[in-house]
Amino acid sequence: MPLLQLEHVSKKFGQVVVADDINFELEEGEAVGIVGPNGAGKTSLFGIISGDVRLYGGQIHFVGQALERMHPSVRCRSGIGRTYQVPRPFENMTVFENTLVGSQQGAVLRGRKSHEAAFSALERTGLSSLANRAAGSLTLMQRKRLELARALATQPRLLLLDEIAGGLTDLEVTELTGIIRSINAEGVTILWIEHVVRALLSTVDRLLCLASGALVADGEPRAVLASEAVRRVYLGDRILNEAMDS
Amino acid sequence: MSTRESLSSLDVRRSTHSPLITLVGSVVLVSLFSVAPWIVPAWFASILMNFFILVIMATMWNLLAGYSGMVSIGQQAFVGLGAYATLFFAIKGMSPLAAIPLAALACGVIALPVTYLLFRLRGGYFSIATWVVADTAMIIIGTVAYLGGGTGHYLPGLSNFDPVSLTHVQYLASWSVALVVVIGTYVLLRSRLGLVLASMRDNEVAARSAGAHVTSARRIVFIVAAAGCGAAGAVLAISQPFVQPGNEFSMSWTAEMLFASMIGGLGTIEGPIIGSVVYFVLFQWLGQYGAWYFIVFGSLAVGIAIWQPRGLWGALRDRFHVELLPVGHWVRERRSAK
Ligand SMILES: Nc1ncnc2c1ncn2[C@@H]1O[C@H](COP(=O)(O)OP(=O)(O)OP(=O)(O)O)[C@@H](O)[C@H]1O
Ligand SMILES: [Mg+2]
Repeated sequence: MPLLQLEHVSKKFGQVVVADDINFELEEGEAVGIVGPNGAGKTSLFGIISGDVRLYGGQIHFVGQALERMHPSVRCRSGIGRTYQVPRPFENMTVFENTLVGSQQGAVLRGRKSHEAAFSALERTGLSSLANRAAGSLTLMQRKRLELARALATQPRLLLLDEIAGGLTDLEVTELTGIIRSINAEGVTILWIEHVVRALLSTVDRLLCLASGALVADGEPRAVLASEAVRRVYLGDRILNEAMDS
Repeated sequence: MSTRESLSSLDVRRSTHSPLITLVGSVVLVSLFSVAPWIVPAWFASILMNFFILVIMATMWNLLAGYSGMVSIGQQAFVGLGAYATLFFAIKGMSPLAAIPLAALACGVIALPVTYLLFRLRGGYFSIATWVVADTAMIIIGTVAYLGGGTGHYLPGLSNFDPVSLTHVQYLASWSVALVVVIGTYVLLRSRLGLVLASMRDNEVAARSAGAHVTSARRIVFIVAAAGCGAAGAVLAISQPFVQPGNEFSMSWTAEMLFASMIGGLGTIEGPIIGSVVYFVLFQWLGQYGAWYFIVFGSLAVGIAIWQPRGLWGALRDRFHVELLPVGHWVRERRSAK
């Protein structure tokens, strides 16, 4: 049984088609990247999977269970963790309390166990020294790490990462990909939207490409990037050319 | 990285300072208030009694609006229902004092189906609907002849007290319910549910996707606030033993809770209590000017909402870094020598 299965998934915002008959499956333990131009519908797809965005047509199954009518909180508890492209920290709470929401609610842990899970998510993402700081005082980079930490604290089986490497320095990207690879090595399935294709290529073993809500390519990362369909989407795009040069 | 070692020494505290200060302060305050009717003049004990009723209501309104974003302008529904539940049990022969917890329970039970109606609505629509609920409740109760209809009914069951002990009983009822409500609120806000409320106040979408059952949390808060206001209504009926729809279901109860919690500061436990103090101090000055006091309170509340949205307590806390009833989590990592 696949971990996640999308069949004929579609969604419109008014006239804008953000998901156009999308079909794919993820096996447990995979690390899969998603690329696509701005406005392609990548973030919307995460919303559809996590439950923030209501499905318009089609079906989604997670470990064989139909997701369409399931609340976002229930989806999280059943193993889908996500980060937000524009970070959404709980600003008036401390960094530790942010991850504590994940471990108490998402992972349904109590007492000391919940404290340990919340703190180890911070250690993992290099935020433990900021544990008592108000999340509202964090820099953008730290907020992105906190997104990852909070999602990790929910102890997901499937982790949805939405552009967490954008704006990082080379060194930080290397560090981040190291963290994500180690999470994946523990058996957590990764689905990762990223414009920094270099970061993706060092981590994923499969790549999806979305354009105007449609899945235009799905396969081995370098083959996908080299494909005619993706070349057309990214015609002259600097990001892709850089990636292919590297 | 020695993850295991640092974890084994992870220490999470709920306060930055020693809880001893809070504890000693609370014990002193609780003892003083418990014996107050025997040491202060009767008129002052009567003010304190009404002050406690307001503390109960403001604490509940703060839980609704300040913590959960539910701006109810119809909380008088549950004040009234609590008072009438007490009347009902007293007519049935029960002691009004024993009826207090039952009245609270009844209001909580009534609130449950009401949430399924109200939670379909958001923002201003939600607020207006709460007011409709309150008016509907008042109209329905007003038609029940058994409970005195529109003209009201004496609360039976208090005649065996002599006048002096009656005032003591009224005072103690109000004080003990206020104590239970404030302690209960503190326990609730320190619990896992409290953490959920804080998170959804900051970012509801993120709270959901981190696993928090946001709607259930809101439902629990609405039921708790209904029960609390019901208990306030029960105490109100005991303190003024003539129960009448126009008084018990008066919109002014909600106006008072709203003023007190906004002036004191929404989103803190201390705020509504401070706000209730301010309310009563001002009331002693302005009460004689009739409707003017409402205008002054209204302007004060609006002014504070604009210039000091965290209220008086929020301003004090930011300035002096004090926290009497802390609910946070502070991590102290004891590093091992290795
Ligand atoms: N809630 C919404 N209501 C209306 N339109 C929306 C909504 N959310 C997204 N859209 C539109 O849907 C389209 C796809 O948006 P989406 O955020 O999914 O793209 P994306 O691939 O993540 O883009 P980016 O790379 O810029 O993050 C855009 O045109 C966007 O304006
Ligand atoms: Mg996006």
